[in-house]
Amino acid sequence: MTATTANRAGKKKGKHAKGVGSGAPPWTVIALFILPAFLLYTLFMVWPLFQSLYFSFFEFKGLARGGFVGLRNFHELFTRYPLNEQLPRAFLHNVYFFIGTMLIQNTLGLLFARLLYASRFGKRFFQIVYTTPYLISALVVGYLWSLMLNPLFGPVNQVLKAIGMGALARPWLGDPATALPVIILVNAWQWVGFPMLLFSAGLAGIGDDLREAARIDGATSWKLFRYIELPLLLPVIGIVTVLTFIGNFNAFGIVWAMGGVNGEPAGATDVLGLVFYRTAFRGGVDAFGLASALAVLMFIFIFGVSMIMLGRFRRWEEDLT
Amino acid sequence: MSQPTSSSRRIDLANIGANVLLWGYAAIVLAPLLLVISNALRPTREIFKNPVGLPTSPSLDSFVKAWEEANFNVYFFNSLMITVASVILATAVAALAGYMLGRYKFTGSRFLTAYFLAGLMLPFRLAIVPLFLLLNDMGLVDNRLGLILVYAATGIPFSVFILSAFFRQLPQELSEAARIDGAGEFTIFGRIMLPLVRPALATVIVFQFVPLWNDFFFPLVLLRSTDKWTLPVGMTRFFGEFQADWSTLFAGLIITTLPLVIIFLLATKQIIAGLTAGIGK
Repeated sequence: MTATTANRAGKKKGKHAKGVGSGAPPWTVIALFILPAFLLYTLFMVWPLFQSLYFSFFEFKGLARGGFVGLRNFHELFTRYPLNEQLPRAFLHNVYFFIGTMLIQNTLGLLFARLLYASRFGKRFFQIVYTTPYLISALVVGYLWSLMLNPLFGPVNQVLKAIGMGALARPWLGDPATALPVIILVNAWQWVGFPMLLFSAGLAGIGDDLREAARIDGATSWKLFRYIELPLLLPVIGIVTVLTFIGNFNAFGIVWAMGGVNGEPAGATDVLGLVFYRTAFRGGVDAFGLASALAVLMFIFIFGVSMIMLGRFRRWEEDLT
Repeated sequence: MSQPTSSSRRIDLANIGANVLLWGYAAIVLAPLLLVISNALRPTREIFKNPVGLPTSPSLDSFVKAWEEANFNVYFFNSLMITVASVILATAVAALAGYMLGRYKFTGSRFLTAYFLAGLMLPFRLAIVPLFLLLNDMGLVDNRLGLILVYAATGIPFSVFILSAFFRQLPQELSEAARIDGAGEFTIFGRIMLPLVRPALATVIVFQFVPLWNDFFFPLVLLRSTDKWTLPVGMTRFFGEFQADWSTLFAGLIITTLPLVIIFLLATKQIIAGLTAGIGK
């Protein structure tokens, strides 16, 4: 009913059928509405981000800002021990984290979404179950699984022994070879519901007539998926990839809970988020300048790669249509 | 509508395979969660004897211990106070801004919309050093109000984005009729428009609440004294102090997560809608 009245009003006036007001209120009223959000957001989010860039060129002595030092902070990041060793290693771990998550978490998410799309009942139930861990704090998830994986009293090793696979039991988080892969799996356990929901929404947005037409032409379900659904899901795949990238390069709580502030064992789980925190708040007297420089590099990298990815995916979509 | 038997059998097999997979993964999700509950209800010595098992005589002792001895009563109320205050503040200012940006076009309105939207993509944790110095200058380090202001700021981009989209869709006659009756902009906003976007408000509130409740980074940096700590920061000390007392550890995990479970049960629809905002139909 509202739609018809809106239509009629639109016809009468000739434009603004969408319901957006034509005559804006006076400036004072606009300001009263906008300013609270604008000030809060600018002062505590946007302004500090810009200041990071500015501070990265200055020397710090504790909380006090000293003189302009050009690119020295940036140089120090790559030359001062132990940062020069920790930084590339942590970066590499973030790259593994991203690749592992794409391969495991997002592939599973797509698989579950596809299976649920086809299934008639239980869809809601599975969606809710799979999404539940997303609600739990990354820190809590990390602590929960570090108890599960405890070498002495952890249920995981216990279950492996009970089903005759005791040879596989090991100190999962104490072994540098398995610690990072295990954290990637636990992170996927927490997040798999998210790509699943996005892919579900994407699949639901593909018209049934398209599927019908393909089926009449004799397409098998695999071909239907590969040649109709997958290409049409590209925009969603793009969003999932970029969000995964941003999320993984910001990983912090889960690694802290499972590997501590230094990414134990022996730095095998160290990631950029931890290095950044340690540089800023457990570093030396000039920590704030170094941390600002690191923040600038991380910002440029994360933001830049996200933009490149988005552009790439957009071009793929255009090629396909 | 009968199909050849061979193909329907294949579909049946595929169907069985799909169900095995879906139920199998559901078990992987639920088993650890159920184990947490079960282990919180039995004493540590029983857990160590048999890590996977049901409590022989369920008791809530570990919850009492976590709540009283491990300071969870303090952490819990800090978390609740800080999260609720931040969400209310952010939602209030975002509703005002979202209304103006959603309903009217004026010089600079497009820029402002883009400006708020940009916040959705900014990795704001990287701004912690200047933020720390700013709050230090304001005397707001180790102060719950400082954390509330930061949290409210981080919630604004998403809330403005969702709310302005909802305000935009409301029919215009409503506000025009009210204006003819002599209502001012604030009356139209508060009495007519705001009640109509209640579903969006629910989404926005839930979506701010969950990450703020769970956040670990900002309280770790901005709060020093343990009597101001929120649950996630308290958790780090708790896991050091009680590492031999697993029953209490499991109880602590549950106490930290319980409010989110309640929210999830109340607002599943909003959560799923918000997660997929902007995709498909």
